[in-house]
Amino acid sequence: MDDMSNPAPARSVLEAPDIARALTRIAHEIVERAKGADDVVLLGIPTRGVFLARRLAANLREITGHPLPVGSLDITMYRDDLRLRPARALARTEIPGDGIDGRLVILVDDVLFSGRTIRAALDALGDIGRPRAVQLAVLVDRGHRELPIRADYVGKNIPTSLRETVRVLLQEEDGRDGVLLGVREHAPAAER
Amino acid sequence: MKRHLISAADLSRDDALLVLDTAEELARVADRPIKKLPTLRGRTVVNLFFEDSTRTRISFEAAAKRLSADVINFSAKGSSVSKGESLKDTALTLEAMGADAVVIRHHDSGAPHRLATSGWIGGCVVNAGDGTHEHPTQALLDALTLRRRLVGGRDRGLGADLAGRRITIVGDILHSRVARSNVRLLTTLGAEVTVVGPPTLLPVGVERWPCAVDYDLDAVLAKSDAVMMLRVQRERMNDAFFPTEREYARRYGLHGARMARMPEHAVVMHPGPMNRGMEITAEVADSPRCTAVEQVSGGVSVRMAVLYLLLGGSEPAVGTRTTEENSQA
Repeated sequence: MDDMSNPAPARSVLEAPDIARALTRIAHEIVERAKGADDVVLLGIPTRGVFLARRLAANLREITGHPLPVGSLDITMYRDDLRLRPARALARTEIPGDGIDGRLVILVDDVLFSGRTIRAALDALGDIGRPRAVQLAVLVDRGHRELPIRADYVGKNIPTSLRETVRVLLQEEDGRDGVLLGVREHAPAAER
Repeated sequence: MKRHLISAADLSRDDALLVLDTAEELARVADRPIKKLPTLRGRTVVNLFFEDSTRTRISFEAAAKRLSADVINFSAKGSSVSKGESLKDTALTLEAMGADAVVIRHHDSGAPHRLATSGWIGGCVVNAGDGTHEHPTQALLDALTLRRRLVGGRDRGLGADLAGRRITIVGDILHSRVARSNVRLLTTLGAEVTVVGPPTLLPVGVERWPCAVDYDLDAVLAKSDAVMMLRVQRERMNDAFFPTEREYARRYGLHGARMARMPEHAVVMHPGPMNRGMEITAEVADSPRCTAVEQVSGGVSVRMAVLYLLLGGSEPAVGTRTTEENSQA
């Protein structure tokens, strides 16, 4: 997930064309590894993962020539840190009509950090169906994993310290594309 | 601690919309093969019912179970209450068992408030109907139904309030906790509420409620977006509030001819249980404009949302205003 508390001046590490290129490359990698991507279902994790999933779906359509199902998977109710903060508002879970049973589900998120979001997403998937396999695509991998989870497709590896914040901006949500690296003023407490 | 849902007045407009929007997302869980979320695993919810109830108790139970909470059902019949145990001693027992939330229905107005403010228990208190005072989750599910029907759209009214909608509540306002909660909540959500009933069934002080008052049903029907028919509560009537049931039905009952005078889009609501032939005829109750069954199905989602928002996080996300300030409506 991205960090919201970011008072220090942030440094841009990815610009809009970099993001577009990364997503195009990931789309090609998906087609290569999934041998045509015929049974792929893309599920974005709200908020920004959903927009990334839609962009990936558009790229994949250009490559393969056929549309593929894209949806969203809200993981709020499956988080392991629910009791550390006030209850949060839920986002939309939208599973494509044909479901995920027997499909190759590719989870899409903006930043891979502790891995706890993905752990929650895997739990959520288990309640919805039984995919043939689950893979993970992220725009940024910033390291500092706390669980044995890795991404199958990475837009860019950005080594960070725990004092740094990574913020992904997307046209659909923030009005422009970019990835900002900032420095947190206070100590990294329970940031996940 | 201030973390209860005692009155619809505990909810600000933003709180109410958060509950409704959360309920709308949770309603989608009902379409999944596994209708369960792990969110409240390890939490204990006690359903403390001192008064008979089918809909409310079952839907609170289903809501807690769908969120993976442990549910203990307690009804006054067959418990120590019938041996004369007081509310306080019952509450202390529940506290000793480690209840994280107590859903209470009681025949006395104010019992949930007493439970919440007495310090007897540390958990959240959710009012599931107390005497003739309030029934906030009923008002929330009515608001959810109204939003789906009147605002609608692809997202079933997600994020919208009820600004400018004209809602008429008809019948036994005096004894109705549903009416009290609805007047407060629907007004909070921006609706214009009118209560209609015979003068004997309107409470003293109704003129201070944030709603209009009328005695003539036919006069307000044509300008109502929704008409909520209340049950005539015979069990609470030890006096003659109206001459005969026939006369009541003629003046304040909703029948086909009256329904025809409502605007095309207007809906008929009923919190149940219905007295067919009394406040509503079978023709109206079975028509597609009557939302009684929809109201029940929305009830589980709304109660899931309330339990999640009160219990799901480190502190409640709604209803955090102190309940001490609520004066009896």
